[in-house]
Amino acid sequence: MTTIEDVQRKPKDYKSKINPDWCPGCGDFGVLNALQRTCAELDIPPHMILNVSGIGCSSNFPGYFKAYGMHTLHGRTLAYASGAKLANHEMTVIATGGDGDGYGIGGNHFTHIARRNIDLTYVVMNNQVYGLTTGQVSPTSRTDMKTKSTPYGNIERPVNPITAAIMNGATFVARGYSADGKQLVELMKQAIQHRGFALIDVFSPCVTFNKDNTYDFFKPRVKKLQDEGHDTSDWKAACEKAMEWGDTIYTGLFLQQELPTLGDLEPVLAEGGPLAHQPVGLSNEDEQRIIQRMC
Amino acid sequence: MSANNNFDYSIAIGGAAGQGIATPGNLLSRIFIRRGLQLNAYNAYQSIIRGGHIFLTIRVRNRPVQSHGDHLDLLLCLNQDTMDRHLRLMRPGTHVLFNGDSIKPGEMADGVQLCPLPIKELTNDNRNKLVQNTVALGAMMHLMGIEFEVLQEVLTQQFGRKGQAVVDENITVARAGYEHGAANFARISSVLPTGPKPLAVWTGNEALGMGGAAAGVKFYCAYPMSPSTGVLHWMANNARELNIMVRQVEDEIAVSNMVIGAAHTGVRAMCATSGGGFALMTEAIGAASMMEIPVVYINVQRAGPSTGVPTKTEQGDLWQALGASQGDFERLIVAPMDTLDAFNTVPELFNLCDHYQCPGIVLSDLLISEGTFSFDPDSVDMCPEIDRGKIITKPNGTPDSEYLRYKNTADGVSPRALPGTPGYTHVVATDEHDEDSVLISDEFTNPIKRRAMVEKRARKFDNILERISAPEIEGPADAEVTLVGWGSTRSVIAEAIEQLAESGVTANQLAIKWIVPFHTEAVTEILSKANKTILVENNHSGQFFRYLRCETGITVDASIRKYDGEPFAPHHVADGVRELMAGDAKIYVPEQEIMV
Repeated sequence: MTTIEDVQRKPKDYKSKINPDWCPGCGDFGVLNALQRTCAELDIPPHMILNVSGIGCSSNFPGYFKAYGMHTLHGRTLAYASGAKLANHEMTVIATGGDGDGYGIGGNHFTHIARRNIDLTYVVMNNQVYGLTTGQVSPTSRTDMKTKSTPYGNIERPVNPITAAIMNGATFVARGYSADGKQLVELMKQAIQHRGFALIDVFSPCVTFNKDNTYDFFKPRVKKLQDEGHDTSDWKAACEKAMEWGDTIYTGLFLQQELPTLGDLEPVLAEGGPLAHQPVGLSNEDEQRIIQRMC
Repeated sequence: MSANNNFDYSIAIGGAAGQGIATPGNLLSRIFIRRGLQLNAYNAYQSIIRGGHIFLTIRVRNRPVQSHGDHLDLLLCLNQDTMDRHLRLMRPGTHVLFNGDSIKPGEMADGVQLCPLPIKELTNDNRNKLVQNTVALGAMMHLMGIEFEVLQEVLTQQFGRKGQAVVDENITVARAGYEHGAANFARISSVLPTGPKPLAVWTGNEALGMGGAAAGVKFYCAYPMSPSTGVLHWMANNARELNIMVRQVEDEIAVSNMVIGAAHTGVRAMCATSGGGFALMTEAIGAASMMEIPVVYINVQRAGPSTGVPTKTEQGDLWQALGASQGDFERLIVAPMDTLDAFNTVPELFNLCDHYQCPGIVLSDLLISEGTFSFDPDSVDMCPEIDRGKIITKPNGTPDSEYLRYKNTADGVSPRALPGTPGYTHVVATDEHDEDSVLISDEFTNPIKRRAMVEKRARKFDNILERISAPEIEGPADAEVTLVGWGSTRSVIAEAIEQLAESGVTANQLAIKWIVPFHTEAVTEILSKANKTILVENNHSGQFFRYLRCETGITVDASIRKYDGEPFAPHHVADGVRELMAGDAKIYVPEQEIMV
């Protein structure tokens, strides 16, 4: 006999009571929908999900998603996500945010979390502009882009988050496109199930402030790596594909490796369950041992 | 008072960084504490790995040792530089030990006993540059009337890991030093007493780490920064046995935010840094306050501003702590007064932070954190009471839509559901938010809701003073002078008060530990009854002088301020009191005699 518990969850089970305040047409809607579908298909209980975001339009994400969440500080998403995951590794931790939050101010944390291989998923809604502050360049803005902070055109080159992630040792590096929900769900499922740090950089057009990287820009250019038989264990090929930015821009899974996660390597997490569930305080034996060393 | 209580002996070991001063210091400390004697060791050093000048002072008594004292009784020179700097400070009856082959004494007072050691001869021309240290230790045992076997035991323990050959080498040269001393040097005049029971020894950083462990900390995160790194080292060494996650991460910004992420899941999380690292952490402190997540931040103050003098002490971050992070909110700030106080403060602060769901700041300083002090193991309670406050870890029937993480309760504290608990999903946010965590800036910014939240967070602390003991006067109530201090100055002020009493000046002390919340009423009452009030602190601008005035309206009569990086010696305070009482000056700045 089927019971309530046997019934698979639906995407609407992950819908909070608030509707997003993103502009109509914003790419982030596609990402939100995809993650809700992903969690439903993986049937993860909402109370076992922790969505962590920074600050920015896309960082409002956790408020629209029914689960535990932390809406933190600009650029510090991965620090919060890491701390939470290490303290309670039973939670499915999903970090979300934008390209400025993640690759600019958050760049240092991005670099180090990649090599640490902490088991969490990072979904970056990359719109190549700073939206919430009404339209300045971001680390991924194209050269020559005219914005409020670069009225004569951006003179800097953008960062390539895919190659950066690969070079910093990330074990799952993917790129999605918010208008391709089917591919995004597939990538998200793989990312969450991947043991280790998983990055999905998602083109998520800002319809209000980025008139360059629009849906019309991406639609003819995006091509799926998986349609071309890309070898996801080959980091060199992954980097070459990631650096293509002309008539072809690749989406899909660039690189995946199986390496021990930080949790695997940390003896303190080997037994006894999450730190958050362990008893608080020392035993008399601990006390004796500690004091003895100081005598 | 028996002769035993008057025993007061200071040993100084000086040399360049790399000459191995720490080891003899550790060995002597173990010898003294196992004999039940109490000690206070202060190490003056620089931000250098090789070279420079290191000067370690170990003072031993058969009663609490309140400072590194005013005099040296035995000087061990490991290089010429030490002899040149410090010989002139040695008084008649004191001893100077040194490598007679390579170091030459200079001008000195009459009656100083020089004890040259023929190192090459005593060690059979051993090439090991550190061997002179062990020879000297042997000679010291003779000078102080300690049986050689005592040294033999600690040498065996210290070098055991390196194999029997190393142990034997050390014992051999130590014995050579001991016998040479016995044959050539007169003993010290005072008799080394034995205390009532063996003691233990720790640094302030170790006490802070131990306090964290006792409080049940399960997540410790840090970026190395002098003089706080000792907490990280203690935590890292004990992590596996105590099941604590210890992580060194990329910068203090990562540290200060990771601890909040961890604490959000329900673990007790802590971090320590110094002033410059704390400056990077301040944004996170506001985030913890807004999200109402308890975390303990330790700032081990050092001389600033900016990179400052990384190896020197100062009490210069009071206003940084008070002003940490943007916006108008309250945070707890406590400045422990010594190592045992530091140890006890951590669990106390965690209970408060958990109860009030807020960040707490411990203001330590280099003097406490890197000093080595004896302690009575029986006085340390590593299983203190732990109070987690209102947390929800099991569902009790409340459906999702009804749980309000930031419920506007009567006392302002909203029960906190921990992630992973079914039925209580919610988002915590650094934006202003309503009771249900929805961002107020997501709707129309709402003045009513905003005001309610500001008041809720402030209301939490309405009765906090009931939980924290007020400071009290220590000493005669009708004293001529009341010395006021905060944090680490308490012990040296107490010793200065003893010195003043001997010269006929009565003084008492108001030692303040809790900065926020501040016992305005109690402090005002005490100071209004005081005669002459003098504030003693380790900074130039009078940070606590101004804070005291700010919170009570009271301007103390005068100040003694030291800001040259070196801690107060008792006579600095006593001399300052005498001078300030003799005239109208408002500020006295002691001069540092020992050049380090």
